[in-house]
This record gives sequence, C-alpha cells and structure tokens, in this order.
Amino acid sequence: MVEMTPPSSDVAEVASSIGTGSLPWPVSKVMSALPLAPLQFASNRVLQTALGRRPGLFSRLAEYSGKRFAIDPIDCPFVFLLEPRVEKPTLRVHATLDGVTWDARISAVMLVLLGLLDGTYDGDALFFSRDLLIEGDTAAVLALRNAIEDAELDPALLLGAPQFVTPVLSGNIRRAADVMRRLLGAPASASARGDRFA
Amino acid sequence: MKLTLGPVLFNWPTPMWVDFYARIADEAPVDRVVIGEVVCSKRSPFRTNAVVDVIERLERAGKEVVLAALALPTLKREVAEVADLVGSGRLIEINDMTALAAVAGSPYIVGPLVNVYNEEALAELESLGATTITLPPELPQASIEILGAGKSTADLEVFAFGRAPLAISARCYHARAHGLAKDGCKYVCEHDLDGLHVETLDGQSFLAVNGVQTLASGLTVLGQEIPELETAGVLRLRLSPHTCDMVAVTNAYRDAVDGRLPPAELVARIKALELPAAIVNGYFHASPGAAFVG
Amino acid sequence: MELVCPAGTPSALRTVVDAGADAVYCGFRDETNARNFPGLNFTAQELVQGVAYAHDRGTKVLVAINTFARAGGTELWHRAVAQAVESGADAVILADLGLLGWASRAYPAQRLHLSVQAAASTPSAIRFYAERYGVKRVVLPRVLTVEEIAAIVSAIPCETEVFAFGGLCVMTEGRCLLSSYATGESPNMNGVCSPAAHVDYRQEGTALAARLGGFTIDRYPAGQPAAYPTLCKGTFKVDGKAAHIFEEPTSLNALAILPQLKAAGVSALKIEGRQRGKAYLAAVVRQFRTALDALDAGQAMPASALIALTEGGRETTGSYKKTWR
Repeated sequence: MVEMTPPSSDVAEVASSIGTGSLPWPVSKVMSALPLAPLQFASNRVLQTALGRRPGLFSRLAEYSGKRFAIDPIDCPFVFLLEPRVEKPTLRVHATLDGVTWDARISAVMLVLLGLLDGTYDGDALFFSRDLLIEGDTAAVLALRNAIEDAELDPALLLGAPQFVTPVLSGNIRRAADVMRRLLGAPASASARGDRFA
Repeated sequence: MKLTLGPVLFNWPTPMWVDFYARIADEAPVDRVVIGEVVCSKRSPFRTNAVVDVIERLERAGKEVVLAALALPTLKREVAEVADLVGSGRLIEINDMTALAAVAGSPYIVGPLVNVYNEEALAELESLGATTITLPPELPQASIEILGAGKSTADLEVFAFGRAPLAISARCYHARAHGLAKDGCKYVCEHDLDGLHVETLDGQSFLAVNGVQTLASGLTVLGQEIPELETAGVLRLRLSPHTCDMVAVTNAYRDAVDGRLPPAELVARIKALELPAAIVNGYFHASPGAAFVG
Repeated sequence: MELVCPAGTPSALRTVVDAGADAVYCGFRDETNARNFPGLNFTAQELVQGVAYAHDRGTKVLVAINTFARAGGTELWHRAVAQAVESGADAVILADLGLLGWASRAYPAQRLHLSVQAAASTPSAIRFYAERYGVKRVVLPRVLTVEEIAAIVSAIPCETEVFAFGGLCVMTEGRCLLSSYATGESPNMNGVCSPAAHVDYRQEGTALAARLGGFTIDRYPAGQPAAYPTLCKGTFKVDGKAAHIFEEPTSLNALAILPQLKAAGVSALKIEGRQRGKAYLAAVVRQFRTALDALDAGQAMPASALIALTEGGRETTGSYKKTWR
C-alpha cells in the first residue's frame, strides 16, 4: 500500500526547489484563464497517436499498468492524470490534484517534462539535480520512464505528422525547444552537451 | 547439532582476545572454534605471538580449531598470508575465492562470506573439497531447506548468533569516520569492541562499522527457528563472538540443541544478557534482515 | 581498449551502438541479472533483434546473467544462458560458481566473462576461474588501484575489464547485503540494490526525505543535489554527527586516467548505467569514444563534460587512486 502525500498543498515550496526553466508568468497567467476542454482534446489526440504508432508503448509497465500517474507541470495551471491500462489507457487533464487519487506523482516544469518524453533529458540526472520531483510509488515511475525511454517518442510522432517528415520536423521542434530551454534557464540537456564531441 | 564459535570479527586488544579464548577453552560447550583475522590484515601482527598458545589451549580442551582466511586479500602480502595459512596443515575456513583457489583439492570449510545460494554452487564447492559450508546470512528458510534436502556431503552451517556481516570494502570506514587515511588509521577500530554504531538521521539503529567491514546493527538470534533448522538438515550453528557473555550464549545454545531448553526460552535467556543491540531474525523468514519475526 | 556500454532497452542498445560502442551489455527481464528494475531489460525475442542490429554494425553483444541462482530455481538461470547462446551473443557474463560450472559444461564453445559480482580481486582467484571454467575475461571489482590492476594483468591468463564511468559501488560487488538488510531484496538474490518499490521520497517542509524500507537514508535541503536511494551513499549519524559515512553521492569517472589504464594492460572499459536514459548513454558513450580514439592517435584526453550526468553532481576516480581508501 503506497502512502500518499497530501496533494498540491506544497506546490509553492516544490516550485522553489525545482522551478528552473519555468514558463514566464504571463504565459501561465493566460493559460489559467483558458478552458481545459481544448487541452483535454489535444491530450487525447497525442495519446491516441502515440498508441497508434507504438502499440506496445505501455507493455513494459507490466504489473504497474494499473497505476495512476499524476504528471504535474508545476509552471502550468493544470495537471495530467495518466492511466496506462492495457485496455483503454487514458490521459485526463485536471485543474488541480485536489480530490484526485494517484499512486505516483511526477513534478517538473513543462519544458523538462516534454524533454523527458522525447529523450532529450536523462531522468536520473534531472532527479539528482532536483529538477524533477518523484513522490509515491517509485517503482511505478521507474517502469513508466523505462517504457517511454524505449518508445522513442519523437515530437513529430506525438503530433501525428506523416512518417516521411518526422525526422526533419522532430529536429526542428527539438532545436526550437532547446532555444526556449536556454532562454528560460532550464537544465541543459545531456545530449546537447554530448553533441559537442560528436 | 554442533556448535561453531566463529572468528572474533572485531579488533579486540590482544590481552582481551587471549582471555576470551582461555575462557572459551575452559567453559564454552562448542565443538569447533574458528580463529584468525578475517577483516583487516593490519590487525593480525599484534596477535602473532599469542596465537600458538591460544590454539594449543583450545585443542587441549577438546575443541576443533579452524584457521580463518582474510575476507578481501588484495595486497601481495595478504595473498601470501592466505597461502601460508594453507601451508600450516590445519583446516582452513575460506572467506573469498583467493583462499578457495589455494585450498581447492584438500578438505576445507566455507565461511559465511562466500556466495553459496543454490545446490549447484554447493556441489561445486563440495567437489573442490568443502566439508562444512556456512550459508550466506541473507539466505531464507526455503533456500536452506532445499540445500539441506540435497545429497550434500558437506555439513551445512547457519549463522545463528551475532551481528551478521553485510559487506566488505577496500575502504576503511572506521578510519574515514575519524578523518584518517586507511594507511594511518591509528587502529581506531579497537575502541569499538562490537563495532561502531551507525544510526539514521532519525535515530534508528541501523548498521555497525568494523574497519573495512559493515555489519548489521541488529543482533541475529535464531532460537525459535532451531527445530526448523534441524528439520532442514542443518548440522551446525555458528555463534559469532561479541562482548556479551559468550559462555552464557554458548551454554544456552548447547541446552537448546540438546533438547534441554525449549527454543522459545533460549531467546528469553539470551535477552536477559547484556546485548550490544536489539534482536533480529528477518533473513531466515524471507523478510528484511533488520526485522524481528516473532 | 574495447568500449563496453550498457543497454536497458532495445532503444538504448541502438543508441549506444550508433554512438560508437565496441560492445554492448544487457540482460533479460527477470532476476537473472543485476539490473532487474521495473520496465527494464530484454525479452528473448528483443535480444535476438538487438544482436542482429549490433552485429550488422560490427558491435558485440554481451549478456549479463550475473545474479546468484535461487536454490531450487536454477532452471531459470540455465534457460537464460541457453537463450543468450541461441541469440548469438558474443559472451555471457556470469558470477555464480554453480552456473559457471553448468555453462562451461553445457556450452563449452561459448565465451564466458566473469562478472564483477563474482568479486575476483587477486591473480590466484582469477586464475581459478580461467582454468576451471575457461573464463576469457574478468570484470575487476571497483576496489583496486591502477597499480594493483597492472600487477593482476601481468599475472593472469585472461583479459580484464574495468569500470570507467557511472555508479560507484563502494562495497565489494557481489558481497554486499545492505539492501536486503533494509528491504529483504538484494543484488545477489534479486538483481536489485535498494529497490524502487521500497523507496519512499517525501517532501518534508522544503527538504526531500529519502527512506528505504523505513530507514531514513538522507534528507536533502532545497536546492542541494539528490542521489540514488542506495544505502552506501546515504547520510547517517556516528557519535551524533551526521555524515556520508561510506561515500558521498558521486559517480566514477576514469576519463582522465585512461592512459594509465591502457598502460596497465586493461582490455576493456565498462560504462555503468543500464538503468539510465538514452540522453545519458549518448553523451557518455560519445565522450569515451572520442577519448579512446584520441588515446589511440596519441593525442591528449579531452576534458570531461559529463558532470551534469553524475550522482550528486560530483565525480571521482574512486579506488583507482589509493587515497580513496
């Protein structure tokens, strides 16, 4: 039985330790005024696209596929709840985690979470540097991370772009994201550093 | 069941070490006594002169004496010492593969620091001459039963009393804790006769440091488990020396294995002694080693 | 020197092969290997595909079956060796005496490596494995100095492999029960150290507390680097004083001493980290590929740019220098 930490009450404190690379506050402010429905629609699309391209995406989760993962972009006014069940996995958008039960919670700024998804970042390194916070069922988080690592989720793939354009499109999106990360002071990605020696 | 007194793992001052074995020779009802330095080769020179007398006294008292080899020889000198032990013509307890390579082919006994987890490793060590095999402390009952049920020719021994040895390293944590280098350690480990107490940031007793060795803080006492060990085919129990009254400990175990003392009362008798730590028995019950399963 | 790189998933295998690994090591998705982590490792079919990918690009595949077989359950370990052999793996990496005996009899032609978990630290111990089981390469424990390694190399009939980068065991590998003392699960029996299922991270005020099996391993103040919840890197109290009594959270980085390791006669360098992500693998493998190529060309070692990937943001040459002890 996993013990739960009280959700969300300490977001301000968390943000102070892991907030590097936060989106500028006007962006967050504007986002908080927007309805969640379009985001929910987009999230469904991304999940369905990813599952379409990578049908075995969550198979590595094995006994952890029934877990509920709260994915919390701390610089955004919403949280994701991922249920990677074998039958009908879901990705729901919530305004807060109040009243939402979860087994594991993964918190970081949005740009870092996106970088984890496409393999820009090494999860362990982000955890060491405290840019990523893990709470709850650590084993489930590890299983999810390894499933995503193996899936090679390119940005263009997630957007559902046709396969022949994905390498170029993904490269462009990655470069744009790198620029944003630099501008916002997000942690440097490992592969960007490695490139200097390629 | 027979009783083995394991080697003193700690850096006891030589007079204390000599007195301890004199009392064991005279009063402790154990069948076998393993002596020698297992943890740190820097400690043994102090006892060189005393060892011969200690062995003689133990043998005069009818104990079988076994010489323990070092757990982690790396220096040339240490490897040579292991070879010398084998040349002594006595029965040797191996505690790593360097010693195994040296004894292979003649009779020897296996200490608790050698990885024997399954029937095939057991058979391999037997085919190389092992006559007693002490199982790793973390082995659960189910594994002990399977190993005991096999056609093993060697006696199986189980670590039944003492702080279980958990790890060995090239680095000396005693020296490190005192801000000293290993080479200039000033033998600080001789001040902690049962090991240096390590607790968590929240004050939980956790480990005990003994030079390059790390031990459990909890004191393993397999007492209520003796009938199950016997059924499993375990022929020897190992009692690891501490500063508590080891004659009382060995007497209690003797009474228990000879049927004069119910196993449950053995634990009570041990508990009445002045012990260095709380009692644990988790490993046998397939639980964390730090647990006590009542 | 051969560059031996980790792969926890098929995707990681492709990453390290493409980044310049000479050999890649991996394991099956069960307790037969020492990185038995949730969601990690290969099915038999994934291994076959991985071997094909690697061999097409001239890279070797080594399969780690380096835990100690469970009494009464040795069949699982036998099957792992059989599947590795059938996949065409270039070597299997073993630690268990019983399994070494079995594998050397069942597959006399298969190349066997001795895992670091076997903790063979002296020439006589290594010769024993080489002569009795035909072991062709030994992975040396992370307890030896460069001088000691050189002495060993000159006295043994097989190749040596040493750790060059990544997680640093401060205890002799294969001889550490700290994890099972706190959690009931150990590297030797279950292929896990400080398993995630027993880890509890909790925000306590502004600090992050890490507990393993209920034991507090560390408490990181806000803004300070965190570490794996491994017991040997934790903060504990001795005589009322809190300290990293075993080792600071740190990663091994032998980049600067590659010339010395080469001079010592080491045959292969191992990168640790089957549990790490592709970002880590690509960066580390490229860095070491560049360094090894520079070494072969007689050029100076490049400066290390891997600090961001290290545990606790710190790196060490570990036991390779005697002062570490």
